[in-house]
Amino acid sequence: MRIGVLAIQGDVREHLRHTERAGAEAVEVRLPRDLENTQGLIMPGGESTTIGMLMAEYGLIDALRERTRDGRYPIYGTCAGLILLAKDVVGKSPARLGYVDIEASRNAYGRQVASFEVGLDIPALGGEPFPAVFIRAPKIGRMGPGVTPLASYQGDVVMAEQGPYLVSAFHPEMSADIRIHQYFLKKVEQWSTVHGVS
Amino acid sequence: MQEQRGTYNVKSGLAEMLKGGVIMDVTTPEQAAIAERAGAVAVMALERVPADIRKAGGVARMADPRIVKSIQEAVSIPVMAKVRIGHFVEAQVLEALEVDYIDESEVLTPADDQYHIDKWQFNVPFVCGARDLGEALRRIGEGAAMIRTKGEPGTGNVVEAVRHLRAVNAQIRQVVATPEAELADLAKELRAPLDLVKKVKELGRLPVVNFSAGGVATAADAALMMQLGADGIFVGSGIFKSQNPEKTARAIVRATLHYNDPKVIAEVSEDVGEAMPGLEMATLEAKDRMQDRGI
Repeated sequence: MRIGVLAIQGDVREHLRHTERAGAEAVEVRLPRDLENTQGLIMPGGESTTIGMLMAEYGLIDALRERTRDGRYPIYGTCAGLILLAKDVVGKSPARLGYVDIEASRNAYGRQVASFEVGLDIPALGGEPFPAVFIRAPKIGRMGPGVTPLASYQGDVVMAEQGPYLVSAFHPEMSADIRIHQYFLKKVEQWSTVHGVS
Repeated sequence: MQEQRGTYNVKSGLAEMLKGGVIMDVTTPEQAAIAERAGAVAVMALERVPADIRKAGGVARMADPRIVKSIQEAVSIPVMAKVRIGHFVEAQVLEALEVDYIDESEVLTPADDQYHIDKWQFNVPFVCGARDLGEALRRIGEGAAMIRTKGEPGTGNVVEAVRHLRAVNAQIRQVVATPEAELADLAKELRAPLDLVKKVKELGRLPVVNFSAGGVATAADAALMMQLGADGIFVGSGIFKSQNPEKTARAIVRATLHYNDPKVIAEVSEDVGEAMPGLEMATLEAKDRMQDRGI
């Protein structure tokens, strides 16, 4: 299995490493041609305005619309990636895909001094709490009926999925724990076999 | 489990999110908006860009809080600001203003000629300049969560930035090649904490993100530093001292992203207007060399 990691800017190296440790081949995606032969995509944290703008400029938004047309191309968005997958964004909204029926607000926990890490219970993963790092993190406000919450913190949903798409407000790549990457790879497997041939 | 703020993970984490991006010096909300529109991942709020600090002479200090606040209001990307080396009260002020990163910077006039700020005391993360590996590890030992090679600020001449990044990389290769038993000696030679030297050997790179700074003036300069191994780029005077700041900013951002793609660099370099006027190093007197401050 080959997974693309959007490599415009941000925590690219760490997602590549986690994806490989979880058992898939990982490739950097900077231009539309890099998507060839990938079965899914991870959009890392970084600055959503910058990433969205450059994705649009270099044809990646259009290429991904094409790639996801049959609904069998899973994408996982973390932090900035969550914003790029959100249907609605409060305030200044960057160019994005908008596949997940949520409303996201950027930097909703406050500036960097309010960034934090916490052990998070994620029932879908089972076992130990997951070491989640929130950096100038977004919040999920409104959530559509098709969206399944996977984890919450202080009353806010911080991880959710809808069909082939997965989002988290926190960074799963900043500790040694690879369970979320394993979860995503399983999702990729599922969507390319159960829901058709890849 | 209780949430924890200001941990080293959280501090160095923000720098990790900036990787592959460009951080631009700005002095007004309007400039900050131009930087954001061009694709900057963060801005550095300043009273004057380094080239103007050079010209003005005298003592350069932290920016007026009003400038910092007006820039924070103008953009949604992270806002950084500079304090004088060793001036921990300027740092307390910037922390109270909730800037996202503090640059303890040689561009300003040092407030302490012996000690840097004890950066472990702060929740807000710090970035510090370095000319070599020892300097970088000393700053990390003091709590810096991000490093930038110093270069020579405000010159528009990339030669010192290249020298410093090459020096750091060469010393990292030396650490990696040195047997465990000889590391303590090498640490002494580098004047660096042994545990951090061991960490460098284990990782094969600095334990935190390392941006390039001090002299980047063109898209090709930015791509040069990226190809030499920088994690990202700080541009000081290079944007707003150029003939066309908006175009220069856009070109530098795109060349930083596609640093390995000469076609893209050629494309974005076309018709951007004059770069900032540069300074030849040999014309700088010792007293004007910012990189020798706080080593």
